[in-house]
Amino acid sequence: MSEETTQKVVYTPKDFKSDQEVRWCPGCGDHAILNSVQRAMSQLGIKKEKYAVISGIGCSSRFPYYMATYGFHGIHGRAAAISTGAKVANPGLSVWTITGDGDSLAIGGNHLIHVVRRNVDINLLLFNNRIYGLTKGQYSPTSVKGQITKTSPYGTVEPPFNPGELVIGAKGRFFARTIDSDIKLSVEIFQEAARHEGTSVVEILQNCVIYNNGAYADITAREYKEDRQIVLRDGEPMIFGKERDKGLMLDRENMKLRVVKIGENGITEKDILVHHSNENNPGLHMMLVNMSWPNYPVAVGIIRNVASPTYDMAVHAQIQKVKQSSPIKKMDDLLKSGNTWEVK
Amino acid sequence: MNAYRTWWFLYAFNVLILKYIFMTKKEKPIELEDVVIRFSGDSGDGMQLTGTLFSNTAALLGNDIATFPDYPAEIRAPQGTVGGVSGFQVHFGHSRVKTPGDLTDVLVAMNPAALKANAKWLKHSATIIIDVDNFTPKNIRKAGYQDDPIKEEKLEDYNIIKAPVSSLTKEALKDMGLDMKSVLRSKNMFALGMIYWLFNRPLTFTEEFFKSKFKKKPEIIEANERVLKAGYYYAETIEALHTTYIVRPAKIEKGTYRNINGNTATAWGLIAASEKSGLQLFVGSYPITPATGILEELALRKDLGVITVQAEDEIAGITTSIGASFAGLLAATTTSGPGLALKSEALGLAVITELPLVVIDVQRGGPSTGLPTKTEQSDLMQVLFGRNGESPVAVVAASTPSNCFDYAFEAARLALEHMTPVVLMSDGYLANGSEPWKVPEMKDMPEIKPRIVPEGTQDYQPYKRDPETLARGWAIPGTPGLEHRIGGLEKDEITGNVSYDPLNHQEMTNIRAEKVKRIVNDIPELKPEGKAEGDVLLVGWGSTYGHLKSAQEELVKKGKKVGLAHFHYINPLPGNTADILKKFKKILVCELNMGQFANYLRMNFPQFEYHQLNKVQGLPFTVAEIKEAANNLLEE
Repeated sequence: MSEETTQKVVYTPKDFKSDQEVRWCPGCGDHAILNSVQRAMSQLGIKKEKYAVISGIGCSSRFPYYMATYGFHGIHGRAAAISTGAKVANPGLSVWTITGDGDSLAIGGNHLIHVVRRNVDINLLLFNNRIYGLTKGQYSPTSVKGQITKTSPYGTVEPPFNPGELVIGAKGRFFARTIDSDIKLSVEIFQEAARHEGTSVVEILQNCVIYNNGAYADITAREYKEDRQIVLRDGEPMIFGKERDKGLMLDRENMKLRVVKIGENGITEKDILVHHSNENNPGLHMMLVNMSWPNYPVAVGIIRNVASPTYDMAVHAQIQKVKQSSPIKKMDDLLKSGNTWEVK
Repeated sequence: MNAYRTWWFLYAFNVLILKYIFMTKKEKPIELEDVVIRFSGDSGDGMQLTGTLFSNTAALLGNDIATFPDYPAEIRAPQGTVGGVSGFQVHFGHSRVKTPGDLTDVLVAMNPAALKANAKWLKHSATIIIDVDNFTPKNIRKAGYQDDPIKEEKLEDYNIIKAPVSSLTKEALKDMGLDMKSVLRSKNMFALGMIYWLFNRPLTFTEEFFKSKFKKKPEIIEANERVLKAGYYYAETIEALHTTYIVRPAKIEKGTYRNINGNTATAWGLIAASEKSGLQLFVGSYPITPATGILEELALRKDLGVITVQAEDEIAGITTSIGASFAGLLAATTTSGPGLALKSEALGLAVITELPLVVIDVQRGGPSTGLPTKTEQSDLMQVLFGRNGESPVAVVAASTPSNCFDYAFEAARLALEHMTPVVLMSDGYLANGSEPWKVPEMKDMPEIKPRIVPEGTQDYQPYKRDPETLARGWAIPGTPGLEHRIGGLEKDEITGNVSYDPLNHQEMTNIRAEKVKRIVNDIPELKPEGKAEGDVLLVGWGSTYGHLKSAQEELVKKGKKVGLAHFHYINPLPGNTADILKKFKKILVCELNMGQFANYLRMNFPQFEYHQLNKVQGLPFTVAEIKEAANNLLEE
């Protein structure tokens, strides 16, 4: 690729908007996520032509059409596999996988766990609205138990997946959670996800105004969101609340997290757990992703961020290694290798 | 090593004594035109290896060969049962050998079940070597005989050699301190040694194989060599085998040759296409019988830059490949019928995104899991039509183990130059069968010109087409200025933006069909073999070629006006197909399914009447079956 080509190294979010009309419902959380991604990409210092945005099927998967980058709209559930192929084929690309709770946790569950296990260097944005929107309102694998939808008119009877638990269980090295409307936090997380080498899964709690309105209202409403969310930041104590007077401690007797009030029962800031996203042991991270209101605040931010060799690099490194030692350098060598004989 | 020398001295001495006793002077060997041998035993008896070693020796001595491995789906099927019999048939000759042979001249039966499974395929007066140690009352009954298999099969007049293979193997290895399992595992080499003597073959190639295969296990090398020689000298010594045979090298074209099976040839064809197109090869695949050998071979070829991803399932196999194709590599996925069914939706995605992709279907008996290790040609309709929507793909079919190389190369060429998925059809018979192959030189292979859009191209539109082929341009992610979006939703005719416009969908459907049709201008015409006009035209496609060709030649030799039209290009069909079909009074479509290609021809050329010869037994045709069907038609 010619370095001479005068490329803008600094972009504005507008540079990432395609000429296509955005067709999500007015008020859909996807609009905000699109803005966050465009903003994040414009600031990463990666050339525009290096981005490939790859999606599956669902409302969120229309995403690539609205981006001015290379884009590929795949089939249901397969975004992670298509992304794996693209990234391994061309490790120079910055691959962003756009998927939803139905796409990645139901029909594409197998690809999700394996892309995470292999640690392919992609950024996978999982839009979790706990509903099938594009097919007009059926329950998904993240719908809360008892949720009433068109295919569960009497409420679902099945327990949901927690995406973070699944990802960490599948040996995930990077898991973060954000909220569609929190553009500042989302931009920050997307950029960190892009910098992480390996599969970065970002769960975005996303509202569906039509079929699951208020899916996360109990934790996102302005009046109490500070009391019901905890923003995890590396090296900082796990403190939350409007008054920043609540924190998390590890109850060592039963190995559970406990919400405590600073200043009560002699508890000081020093007693509060400090967040280390790079801790290799997934135990505490698993507890953090599993926290749910009302027993706990819901954790947002980068929960886990552990360095580990990537699949795509390992594949290419192995090829280079074999190339160096093998006497077969081109096809003719292979054709004439081993047992051959001459007919004269 | 001292013990070994002592043993060897005693053994050689014994052999001399025995020779003296029997006074069997080695008679002048009898020359034969061609011979069919079938090695047959329990699936753990090593018959596949035995057959392969014999075939390699035959090939290295300049015989033409064709092989047919025939084994059960179970790795270790119940011992001693007919269902667990594993066979390897090799046909080698002084002239061109086109099939592994209908009937066998020599059968090696390591147990009664092996005899039971193969007795019906014996030539009259065939030689049968049995491991008499395994013909115990228990094994005889297990195979479904009463008490005397020879009598019950009416084989008394045959040349039956009752060799104590197991006990002589034990005897040969008794001082080596090996466990009984390892000892008995080398008994196949005893049988191989006997066959080498019978056909005047040297042991050197096989001994070299032991040395490279068991480099780090000298005791295994020694054990195998001892048993091989023991079998060889045993055959020399016994009276029953006083005649040996010679099959002289075949008169074949000059050049460098090697032995190759269909799966390896397929893998190599893809790598050759990668080199000729200048694109790295990416293969996303999931193991499935009988296609797995292609993935295994490609995984070895990192030295030639091949990227293999053993995906989590069949769908990921094809979708990782589609991702790699989007990213600009030569991408392929390999599978068999059940896997192709799982890949159908994704294959449609490659059709609508108009990306180059090679899909290899190594067919096996179906439906469902069917007969995993047996051959069949019953995926044709699935390959042609097994997708939602109007979803045309190009289809080519290999017809011999070695031309899997050519058609894999051709599938990649068509995919890259016409921007379309191409399905290459092979099957279990080609995949595992092997033959000598004149190795091509890469400089003689055609160039492949992928339709990559160069950097700096102004006004790139993803669905702008080459007016001649209708292939769209391929802009590779990473190229500045060519950013674009494609995907599974219907595309605007030029821009590739999502379009639900009714007339646009009609137009795009027409274009996708026309693009595949126009490949006809880029493929060779069909060349009929045998008679160019006459009474009966044999029609076939894929792996039935050798049997059809032999039948056609034998019928012509008998004065019959019979031709053969064998198809390698299935979609589109060669442009002159109708011209060839119309030159014969009768058309006989022979295929290993219930008439799928015949129906496809009916659909394309309804003006002709098609007779059919169909077989779905997990086995190839026999030449005799084809001749009989053609003769019946000639006499009608």
